[in-house]
Amino acid sequence: MISLAGRDILHSFGKFVFTGFGLGLLIGVTLVMAGVYRGMVDDGKALLDNSGADLWVVQKDTLGPYAEPSSLADDAYRSLLAMPGVARVANITYLTMQVRRQGRDVRAMVVGIAPGESWASPGWPPYLVAGRHLTRGHYEAVADLASGFRIGDEMEIRRHRFRVVGLTRRMVSSSGDPMLFIPLKDAQEAQFLKDNDAIWRGRRRTAGNPTFNRPGDAGVLAAVNDAQSSSNSVNAVLVQLAPGVDAESVAATIRRWQRYTVHTRTQMEEILVGKLIATSARQIGLFLAILAVVSAAIVAFIIYTLTMDKIREIAVLKLIGTRNRTIAAMILQQALALGAIGFAVGRITATWAGPMFPKYVLLVPADSVIGFFAVMAICALASVVAIRMALQVDPAEAIGG
Amino acid sequence: MGGTGIRIEGLRKRYGSGDTAVDALKGVDMHVAPGEVVGLIGPSGSGKSTLLKCLGAVIDPTAGRMTLGDEVIYDDGWRVRDLRALRRDKIGFVFQAPYLIPFLDVTDNVALLPMLAGVPNAEARDRARELLAALDVGHRARAQPSQLSGGEQQRVAIARGLVNRPPVILADEPTAPLDSERAMAVVHILNEMARRYETAIIVVTHDEKIIPTFKRIYQIRDGVTHEQVAKSSPVAAVALAQHAPSNGVLPGSVSGSPR
Repeated sequence: MISLAGRDILHSFGKFVFTGFGLGLLIGVTLVMAGVYRGMVDDGKALLDNSGADLWVVQKDTLGPYAEPSSLADDAYRSLLAMPGVARVANITYLTMQVRRQGRDVRAMVVGIAPGESWASPGWPPYLVAGRHLTRGHYEAVADLASGFRIGDEMEIRRHRFRVVGLTRRMVSSSGDPMLFIPLKDAQEAQFLKDNDAIWRGRRRTAGNPTFNRPGDAGVLAAVNDAQSSSNSVNAVLVQLAPGVDAESVAATIRRWQRYTVHTRTQMEEILVGKLIATSARQIGLFLAILAVVSAAIVAFIIYTLTMDKIREIAVLKLIGTRNRTIAAMILQQALALGAIGFAVGRITATWAGPMFPKYVLLVPADSVIGFFAVMAICALASVVAIRMALQVDPAEAIGG
Repeated sequence: MGGTGIRIEGLRKRYGSGDTAVDALKGVDMHVAPGEVVGLIGPSGSGKSTLLKCLGAVIDPTAGRMTLGDEVIYDDGWRVRDLRALRRDKIGFVFQAPYLIPFLDVTDNVALLPMLAGVPNAEARDRARELLAALDVGHRARAQPSQLSGGEQQRVAIARGLVNRPPVILADEPTAPLDSERAMAVVHILNEMARRYETAIIVVTHDEKIIPTFKRIYQIRDGVTHEQVAKSSPVAAVALAQHAPSNGVLPGSVSGSPR
């Protein structure tokens, strides 16, 4: 038996392909939306992976350093380094801000890392694609490629200018902003230090306070002013454990004896994926649901119209003895073929357009497989209306009168 | 075909019920022998289409009896379980317009019926090609229906009606869209096919040009048939002879024996 659906498709190939192309663009948008969500999750995991940490030690009772503000003293790492099972520790600061580049702003996450230490320290970019790591204590930067910076470019962060000495890749915040690594001291200054006017006003207020400005005891005022204009806070201490050490037991020890909040890798993933991007995920999920309904409606309309165009032929087919299931199969196969064309166009479109999006779009093969079967299911469902109409066609319509 | 062709006795069809009931057929009697072509004429609303639909097993008669060959297919109720198979295997249809399937080529339009009956594709196509050659459209076997002239399309439609070698063919105004030359050619083909395959053919028509070509005519009026034996028409006989297919090979070109 010949394929009636196949012959019909070949007969009106142009119409079919153009319709499939239109549907494909819609499917492409759907795949990109799914890719945006996957990209957000992947950004979060990349952030954790690239930090190289097994534990995140943060301010007590906070979900820092990515989901909530966290501040702890920059000498806390010394006592953590002494804990059993701890191999390496590193202070780190994170600050998402607008960085000026050649008169334009670049949204970036500025990460403060302690220079001069081994590049294997937690928090450092694990690899560079060009240039070198930070070696000086001030005014150098390593930038993610996505920031648009190149080796030798200069950027302004607060009051200081930094020169890009190295480039890295896939170092992004959980919201997809590219990272800029600068020396820890500069980052602390950028994040915690007040501007000059605020410092000046603070000094006047302190000088006006007799508790700090005692006659004959100038050292007190100097000490207080010095404390106000320097920063010794970091957002977190990243901890790398010795091989084979159980993260949860070390975390429990730190919580018990150091009275910090400690997040393991699993907990951090839960914070990033389950809390930080949960709202975005719901939003994208709703979009996907709406797009699925719109796709189904469009496919149903197209298949219904294509079937309407063939009412007389269907009546003739029924009159000459074609079984209902053959006619239903013809319509179903056309709907599935339309879905297959649409999916192929959509997948190609998503692959082509994904990199153009400002945020990372990750097209996961498993999503494509699920998407393909979802499209097929939607098309099959959408063909029900047309099949129902075709089966109701009276073969007597082929006979005049 | 063995038996008596198609025989209809006291066929009735009522639409609706109660006060609004309409008797479209009030007891139709009809008999068409194998190899015979009869005309069915009548004014609009007389019941021609209703009769054709009853004969074609697409609507249910209200009462009566229909015999196809030796088989009683209706006797105050259908005696065949699968009406679809009945239409496919035992009744051929030729419509007012050819109604060819636009997305199938000429061969497959004809071969579709045997394929639906389970005949292998190659065999079905062979059968279709033989018939198309017999009807003088063999050279258009690969063409799409839209590439054919009206007369060619109608000949392909006739081939489709004949391809399963049905004992009866119902032709619903088959010459309506054709000019008189092509109309006479179609009538000639129907006569030749009826003779060759011993098929009983009922032609519903309003076409006054072809009416004289029938030896027997049933006139239907107010749901009742009246048989007329047509007078011999020398003009029609000459016209039919003139409009035989140009290749002149129509009868002898089809192999195989009729059912």
